[in-house]
Amino acid sequence: MKPILETKKLSHIYSAGTPFEHGALLDVDFTAYRGEYLGIIGHTGSGKSTLTQHLNGLLKPTSGQVLFEGKDIWESKERTRQTRFQVGLVFQYPEYQLFEETIYKDIAFGPRNMKLDEAEVDRRVRQAAAFVGLPDHLLEKSPFELSGGQKRRVAIAGVIAMEPSVLILDEPTAGLDPVGAASILQNIHNYHTAKNATIILVSHSMEEVARTVDRLVVVNDARIPLQGTPREVFAHGSELEAMGLGIPQVTRVFHRLKALGVDIDPSVYTIDQAKAAIMAALKAHGRPGQDSGPSVGKGKGAV
Amino acid sequence: MALKDITLGQYFPGDTIIHRMDPRAKLLLTVLYIVALFMAKGLLAYGVLFAVLALWVAVSRVSPKAILRGMKPILFILVFTGILNIFYTPGRELWHWGFLTVTVEGLWSAFFMVVRILMLIASTFLLTYTTSPIMLTDGLENLMGPLKKLHVPVHELAMMMSIALRFIPTLIEETDKIMSAQKARGADFETGNLLQKAKAMVPLLVPLFISAFRRADELAIAMECRCYHGGVGRTRLRQLKYQSFDFAALFLALALCVGIFFLSRPGL
Repeated sequence: MKPILETKKLSHIYSAGTPFEHGALLDVDFTAYRGEYLGIIGHTGSGKSTLTQHLNGLLKPTSGQVLFEGKDIWESKERTRQTRFQVGLVFQYPEYQLFEETIYKDIAFGPRNMKLDEAEVDRRVRQAAAFVGLPDHLLEKSPFELSGGQKRRVAIAGVIAMEPSVLILDEPTAGLDPVGAASILQNIHNYHTAKNATIILVSHSMEEVARTVDRLVVVNDARIPLQGTPREVFAHGSELEAMGLGIPQVTRVFHRLKALGVDIDPSVYTIDQAKAAIMAALKAHGRPGQDSGPSVGKGKGAV
Repeated sequence: MALKDITLGQYFPGDTIIHRMDPRAKLLLTVLYIVALFMAKGLLAYGVLFAVLALWVAVSRVSPKAILRGMKPILFILVFTGILNIFYTPGRELWHWGFLTVTVEGLWSAFFMVVRILMLIASTFLLTYTTSPIMLTDGLENLMGPLKKLHVPVHELAMMMSIALRFIPTLIEETDKIMSAQKARGADFETGNLLQKAKAMVPLLVPLFISAFRRADELAIAMECRCYHGGVGRTRLRQLKYQSFDFAALFLALALCVGIFFLSRPGL
């Protein structure tokens, strides 16, 4: 796969020269490939938000480079602006940035800034609204009449309407109920498949990330200590917990089983994988249901 | 980011003797210093005041850089005052071109005026940098206490001020966030003429106002939940008490005022 977004030795220092000075990113090399579904995880203050704001040129690196399609995004003013359209960024709690009189106008804000003609703006607004499941009759309403979850859909549609080739979402499901969260993740997935867009999902919820992404990047203490497929990353369970990041519950149970001396593959992170791993372990021992069965139950009870 | 440069009213935590001083004493100290500053005339008086300021900065361990950075917003006023003083002070002519005349007295008065403003701002910065907003309003409320007899709503004013101060950083952060979010959608706050720039503020101001009202609502409810009903009968967690160092500092400040008064008498 070809890289679409890269950072080279990217560093960012906040409040340089005051007592509050601290490095939010230190020599970070990060790569996102074209068309991949990437997860960035890290606890609050790890530098993940700073990293994402560099990816579309909202923050200027203290040192190092950010490359979009191989070219430095700070090359010229025009290039920075174009990058902002190509790399869509949905902030945390994006519903607080709505401002227009109607939902239609709010979603059209990005496309209009791109100086597209009215017909194209209209097409994009309707398509973006469809992606996030907003029915047509809502478009002429005020965004402030909607519920919190609906407002968030409008805000996400506002970024999708720019049809970015990379879509970054910072905690898109924070504060939503499980049904709403699952539905928004599904909307994002639909955009990913329909446009072959690169998706970067920033989160601290392992369960959510584990289920959706192809690859994981762990940000901790201004650096990237771990990256790889969820399976590879979750194999470092104890390191992740030392960073203050939980691992998915299933993975934790299997790590515990392994520690208790059960011969089982601990790198699972979904229920299906867990089932397969248990079956494999049972088959290998040739003793269905006697020893391994109860210890699985014990592990789950402890969590 | 320009918003990050606003340091007015920002507290730099520390544990120096200045940080630990009673806020009332610090307020009075700053007032006395400013009084001395306005009485000062002549190089010697300014020299003494500058030395006091330098000592003050050194003891409080506030970085001079932070103070200088806070000066940026008043740069225009400084230049403006300086130029006015240079050209509009009558006296011995040094240089003449058309209607513009530079005098020796003009140069001196421009210099003193600029130095006076700089030192004035620096001293107030020292106050706000070393005193947390809460201590500051506590001190103010206490100092203004006698005004209650005149039915001035001192407690309410102090509460309003501490709430306002408390929310300045929050609002700045919020502004920053909304600005970034709109920039990510291609909003342009920097280019264009005045009208276009004003229009570009709409996507920033509407969400900002909405969230400010939301915050105010939430705060009011939270305060009522904790039975807040104004200042009557309210006790404090931190009782303000003057320490011996506070008296010593105030005494020295008074001495400074008197000293500067005599130093600046005409004919000296």
